[in-house]
Formats: sequence, structure tokens, C-alpha cells
Amino acid sequence: MNLKPTRLRMCGNWVLDRFPLAQVWNEHMAHYYAPKNFNFWYFFGSLALLVLVNQFVTGILLTMNYKPDAKLAFDSVEYIMRDVNWGWLVRYMHSTGASAFFIVIYMHMFRGLLYGSFKQPRELIWIFGMLLFVALMAEAFMGYLLPWGQMSYWGAQVIISLFSAIPVIGDDLSLWIRGDYVISDATLNRFFAFHVIAVPLVLVLLVFMHIVALHEVGSNNPDGVDIKKSKDPWGHPVEGIPFHPYYTVKDLVGVAVFLLFFATVIFYMPEMGGYFLEHANFIPADPMKTPEHIAPVWYFTPFYSILRAIPDKFAGVIGMGGSIVVLFLLPWLDRGKVKSIRYRGGIYKKALMLFVISFIALGYLGTQPVTPLATMMARVFTACYFGFFLLMPIYTRWEKLKPVPNHLTIQPTLEERIPELKALFEEVTEIKTEGEVSKRGFNPTGAKNVLIRTAKNLKESLD
Amino acid sequence: MINESVDKSKRQFLTTALTVVGAVGTGYLAVPFLSQMQPSVKAMAAGAPVEVDISKIEVGQLIRVAWRGKPVWVLQRSPEILATLTTLDGQLSDPQSNESSQPESSKNSARSMKPEIFVAVGLCTHLGCSPTFRPEVAPHDLGADWKGGFFCPCHGSWFDLAGRVYKGVPAPTNLEVPPYRYITDTQIIIGEEEKAA
Repeated sequence: MNLKPTRLRMCGNWVLDRFPLAQVWNEHMAHYYAPKNFNFWYFFGSLALLVLVNQFVTGILLTMNYKPDAKLAFDSVEYIMRDVNWGWLVRYMHSTGASAFFIVIYMHMFRGLLYGSFKQPRELIWIFGMLLFVALMAEAFMGYLLPWGQMSYWGAQVIISLFSAIPVIGDDLSLWIRGDYVISDATLNRFFAFHVIAVPLVLVLLVFMHIVALHEVGSNNPDGVDIKKSKDPWGHPVEGIPFHPYYTVKDLVGVAVFLLFFATVIFYMPEMGGYFLEHANFIPADPMKTPEHIAPVWYFTPFYSILRAIPDKFAGVIGMGGSIVVLFLLPWLDRGKVKSIRYRGGIYKKALMLFVISFIALGYLGTQPVTPLATMMARVFTACYFGFFLLMPIYTRWEKLKPVPNHLTIQPTLEERIPELKALFEEVTEIKTEGEVSKRGFNPTGAKNVLIRTAKNLKESLD
Repeated sequence: MINESVDKSKRQFLTTALTVVGAVGTGYLAVPFLSQMQPSVKAMAAGAPVEVDISKIEVGQLIRVAWRGKPVWVLQRSPEILATLTTLDGQLSDPQSNESSQPESSKNSARSMKPEIFVAVGLCTHLGCSPTFRPEVAPHDLGADWKGGFFCPCHGSWFDLAGRVYKGVPAPTNLEVPPYRYITDTQIIIGEEEKAA
């Protein structure tokens, strides 16, 4: 049979003869082989991309009505909220998107810590990712000034003053950043330019490099096993599956679940009790008066806590900057020979647990007013934060590693776990018969056995 | 090998020369680009001196005026406050204001020209928040050591009622005292210094 090509196909071929669309698609989607055992933690990369697109689209719409002028900015945001068709939706999608971005990115980074995704040969992916994180923080910080509320103003005042702590050039540098002696219209205008043009361009470029670097060496996986070691006759990893359609479809499920939460926040709690949009930011900026209680938005609070914990201006700024810089050094601080936490020693698990607790605690303390007790606790957790990284070259050498399998392991699915759960339910309950009636009630001895078993398992896994 | 007959030194020279010229050109272009982010002429010209009538300020009262976009405080201090100030030196990190910024006329333990009237820029020397005015002694949230002063809510710095910083807090120096002078007994002008006599 010899079919005459359709017009559409001819148009398609015209393009393909002139642009390597098929190659790009195949290299990064259809013929990109990813390990077949990705779990929950692997949703967050594609979700970050989704949120980035959300920020771009809603951001462009917002610029159509926003005025980057100290006299007009606050009112123009209120105008968007009240008078622009669907303006409230676009604005809340953008402001919630900012917080969602950091939730997704923190999960994505934690995945790296869990499965050693920053280790050889993926150091550069980690570095690009960290640059993305820094660019994202800059983007979020400058975006937060734009509504020109009290928190916008005083938050920017504090962060720009950080630069003035640098010896010799500090004062001139912060003056240059502000473009004025105080935060003013000049500052607002330039932050708008950075937020809308400069930093987004940097973000896109870095995302591109992050993905190109990833696709060069291939994805890590929850077992930390290199799937390129065993290949089929066509040169594809036996334990890999093409990203498209397998992971595009799987990620769609992640997207659906994410959007469920995202929409819930947008429609029912867009301010998230003052964590996503702070209450004081609904008051126009007043250069004469700092709000009684000032705190950055939640995603900066862990670093802000570190700054507050150190009772010296310059050392505090160094500590805050250092808390980001140590993250860059992670691939070289970790001397553990094994990637995945599944086969790492208990000491790394304990250290990671302590780190997560410290990070969350610092984040919480950063939202609270300064009291002597809170300062004391922030100091302890700051020590834990830095201890996790700086002591890493020592404690990762003592690790008692477990043997790493040669192939990916298959974890039981939720369905396969049902009999196990049934057995557990039987163990902690018992059937009590009183006359005619049989009732299922709580069984204390069974529950005690389960607890002891769980504690033993936990201890074993942490040893 | 054919390469051996090629003299690459001229190419190398041209490449180096072009790199150097290009770098110099980029450097020259960077000057206007970076300099245009400096405060503009208009921003530098703003900041005219401000006149303040101090006759209406009651004892213990603090008023805020804007000078160069910054909050400036004018506080009328009572004799009790001034007496307390002299007892605090041991707890302060710079009681004589040697490390701090103030006009020569205010470089004394009360940090003012006339002891009763205290004038200061109301921005913390740590990271630029405006501290809150807390004249009461030993309120429950600040503890028994509090003798009245300015408390920075951002990072917990303590200042006494002469703007002098306590030890062990993040702020490095005392609050800045702006240049000011008395026009009459009840009027001061902020932003102009006393002419040297």
C-alpha cells in the first residue's frame, strides 16, 4: 500500500527537515530512560516545573494591572483584588504559587538528601539546583516588596541592610542596591525590573542547565543503584523505562493531587493564617513605623532564625549566608560510599533526622517573637544545622553500610500491604462476647507487642 | 604533519589582543550600567533640613518626624530618666559613644545637646528596623532588667533612653544622632549642624 502523505504530514516534514524537533523530543522524553522504581519523592521535580509555569502565566497577567510606583503600588494591588475581572484569582494563584514553589523545592531537595542524588556523578546537577534555589529566593524576596505593604517595606529594609554588614564596601553596596538612602520608589522600580525580567530569565536558563546535566548522567533512584550497568541489546538500561509515556503519565497523577491541595488553599485559605500572606502586609508601607512583630514569609524563617541567633551583626550575616553556602558543598562533605538511605548506616539516618527537626524548629522560631528562651533554642538548633554539614566528613566515615543490591528492589505496593495491615488490625484488637453480642474491642497486650516490635525495628534501622 | 608548517603565533597574538581589547571595552561599558543604579541626582538632592517645634512635647513624650525618608525621634526626657542613664554604663557596649555616629555636640553620656531633649534616627543600627519606644520600667515581656528604652522587635536589640546599645545584642553601635541645632529654645532644625563657634 502506498499512501499519499497528507498535507499535515507534509507540513510536519517540512519543519522536521529544518529543525531537530524529533531528536530533542526523543533525547529528553521518548528515549530518555529513567529507573523504573521512582516513588513519591520523585514527583517534585516535575511539580516544580508546573509551579514555575503557573508563576509565569499569572505573573504576566498581574503586570498588566500592577503599577511599580511607591504612590500607586499598594492601591493597584487592591484594584487587582477588587475591580479586575478574576484579579483575585490570578493574584492568589501567584502568591500561593510562591509558597507552593518553596514547599515543592524543599521536598525536592530533601529527596536529594534521602537518596544521595547529589553524589558523584551528579554533583553539578546539585550545584545548578542550588543556584536555582538562590535565584528563587531572590525572586521571591523581590516579589514580596511589590505590594508595598508594611512587611514588604520592612522585610526589604532588613534584607538589604544585611549587605551593609560587609566590611569596607557594605554601606556603598546597600546604597547601590536601594538606589536611594532608604527603601523608596527607586528600590521598588528596580525590584520590579529584576522580579519580572532579569531573575526569571536566569531561572529559565538554570532550569535548562539542570535538566541537561541530569539527562547527561541519568536519574538517580531510591535504591541508588546505577541502572546503566546492565543494558539490553539495543543499549537501553534493562531497569529503565522511557520517560514518555511512563513518567509523563505517572506525573500527571502527581499533578492532579498537587492541584487538589493548591486549589484548596487558593479558594479557602489564600492567606494561610498569615503564613502565605502576612497580615501586616495589608497595611500600606509606613517608613516611620516598624510593625510590632516582623517576620519574613515562612520559607525564609529557618535562615532568618540563624541570623537572629547570632548576637553579632557581621557574624550573623555570615552565619545566614553560610547556611546556604554549606548546601553547595554537600557533594564533597559527604564521604559515605553509598547513595541511598536504604543502605546507609544509622548514624546518617540519625543525623538527617536531627537536621530535619532543626530545620523545621528554626523555621517555627523564625515566625515567633524574640524571647531569651527562643534565642537559646535557636542557638542550639543552629548548631545542629551546621553540625549536620560540617561534621559530615567525620561521621559519614564511621557509617556501618548495608550491602547494596545489584539491581533495583521492588517495594510492595499498597495493595500488597493489605494482608499485612489486616494482620496488624487483628493483633491490636480482640473479639469480646457479652451474651448474645460480639464486639471487637481494643487489645492492650497486642498493642503493646506491636509497639515493642516497632521500637525494635526502628532501633535496628538506626543502628 | 601539515600543522608543523603553520605559524600559530600571529593567530595567538591576535586572539590575545582581541580578548584584552574586548575586556577593556566591557569594563568601560560596565561603568555607566552599574553607575545608573546609584542614587540619582534627584534622590541626592532630596533631604532638606526639617524644622521641629518642640514646645508642645510633654515630659516622657516621643514624637516622630520624617527626615530624608527616615524616622527621626524627638524625646523629652524627665530628670528621673536622666538619673537612670548614668547608672547603666556597665551594661552598655559603647557608653561613651566612641564607636558610634553622632555630631560632636552630642557626644556625651546623654547623647544630646540639651540633656532633656533627645534626638535620634529611629532605625536600629543592626538591620534598620525602627525600634519601639518602651519607657516603662521592667514590663513583663522584657523582664526585670529593663530600665526603659528602645526595643527592636526584629532581632531583639536593646537600647537605653539615650539610644545607647546594651551588651550581647545584635546591634553593633548606638543609635545614630542626626545633625541638628537649636534655632530658638523651642525650635530645632534637623539636618543642619551647629556652626563651629
